[in-house]
Amino acid sequence: MELSAAVMKQWALRINEKMQEHKDKLSELDQAIGDGDHGHNMARGFREVANKVEDASYDDIGAMYKDVASTLISKVGGASGPLYGTAFLKASNAWKGRDMLDSEAFTEGIEAAVGGIETRGKASLGDKTMLDVWIPVRDEMKEHGADAEKAAKTAEKEAEATIDKVAKKGRASYLGERSKGHMDPGAFSSQLVFEALAEVYKEEAS
Amino acid sequence: MKKLINGVDQIVSEMVEGLVAAHPDKLRLIENTNVIVRADAPVQGKVALISGGGSGHEPAHAGYVGEGLLDAAVSGEVFTSPTPDQVLEAIKAVDSGSGVLLIVKNYSGDVMNFDMAADLAEAEDITVKQVVIRDDVAISNPDDRRGVAGTTLVHMIAGAAAAEGKSLDEVEAIAQGVADNVRSMGVSLSPCTVPASGKPGFTLDENEMEIGTGIHGEQGVERRELMQADAVTEELVQHVLDDMHLNDGTDVALMINGQGATPLMELYIVARKAIQLLKDRGIHVKKTFVGEYMTSLEMTGCSVTILNLDEERKRLLLSGRE
Repeated sequence: MELSAAVMKQWALRINEKMQEHKDKLSELDQAIGDGDHGHNMARGFREVANKVEDASYDDIGAMYKDVASTLISKVGGASGPLYGTAFLKASNAWKGRDMLDSEAFTEGIEAAVGGIETRGKASLGDKTMLDVWIPVRDEMKEHGADAEKAAKTAEKEAEATIDKVAKKGRASYLGERSKGHMDPGAFSSQLVFEALAEVYKEEAS
Repeated sequence: MKKLINGVDQIVSEMVEGLVAAHPDKLRLIENTNVIVRADAPVQGKVALISGGGSGHEPAHAGYVGEGLLDAAVSGEVFTSPTPDQVLEAIKAVDSGSGVLLIVKNYSGDVMNFDMAADLAEAEDITVKQVVIRDDVAISNPDDRRGVAGTTLVHMIAGAAAAEGKSLDEVEAIAQGVADNVRSMGVSLSPCTVPASGKPGFTLDENEMEIGTGIHGEQGVERRELMQADAVTEELVQHVLDDMHLNDGTDVALMINGQGATPLMELYIVARKAIQLLKDRGIHVKKTFVGEYMTSLEMTGCSVTILNLDEERKRLLLSGRE
């Protein structure tokens, strides 16, 4: 898998479209086990990201994703702002100076992103958070190489699997056992991130 | 959803504009932010106190900006922590060189954003300390407890300490002392609606109440049939006391906090019972607060907060502002 700067820009723009499209569902999921604003916050944050990167021209994918990250950090707030912001900030470090990402380079970015989410959010696999999607996606990339379509499928499966889990971090954790039976909203927004990747990669390839 | 607003996206900016417009002699808005600072900030030679968090908890935190209390408050979107750059703007605006203490409620978003802001401030050579408040005993694991109404007692006591000219380390220790000795627990009778979602955070039947609700309308820990005020008060006070291990004759401060849409009348009914219960246990209530200190939009219900007062906390609280 190879991702050009143009495709990486499309990825950011597609994430925005997905967040707008699924804004209400994200908020409904959050309503069930949190405070109901995840859709609003993600839609607001990625709209700003799209505004920032759409008309800019980047040769350096690292610089582009540094802008994505700083926009999220400065515009979103809540828990999702620092978590997604830190994820893309760490990835941008790994992608610094590159105008093309091969499978290995892309995976390095995702690996750094996961490290960032872990450090910032202090959550672990199985806590019913976005990491329940990001960690399996990373593990699969490390083992088999980056494959956008596989990543999207894994993300979908793992987001679905959060339904049966009991939340251990974030606001949902206050519900204890009552958090069971609902998909984690951060896991679903993460699923959308990898679905967006699969879509833009497929369109580029065809 | 029925709210007196002009639009979901302007709520916070219009609220802070209104606050500053109403109190121009006391408050100032940092341009292009939702940061409210004391009109005379930075105050030379004084440790600066900053708190903040999502909006919707008014008067927390912007209502606590003033002499003897906070130097700045950072308002995020409704129930959403403010961003690190806004917190950094607040830090830069109030630091006089004596250092800055951040008073943070233990919610993952708040903790992360304030942490990032502290890192950014340190990179600019400003000394920043943080105190994280975890007073909500509805959560059993002390590390996971949320910061709720007890946070405002930190504002008052640490604010009084800073006004006396104490150093950053001293103010931090006093604030931490309050944080370690304050406990709260709430009950809700009806939910609140976050404007951005337009729907209530949870639903309760006519005869139900939710015990242990957080200040964001997040569901509590247990749903029960509605009880009378005395029985509810007894339950809340007992929960709080079970966690405090107070000796006979201990001095405390008591706060009966309305969640946004509870008549003061009902809060006094709760206060009456709470004071009586504490008296029966030989605990001396030295100061009682009844009113709205940390609200949750239009949620109905209240929380009970008890703070164990040592001599210093007692002196600072009784001499300080509220």
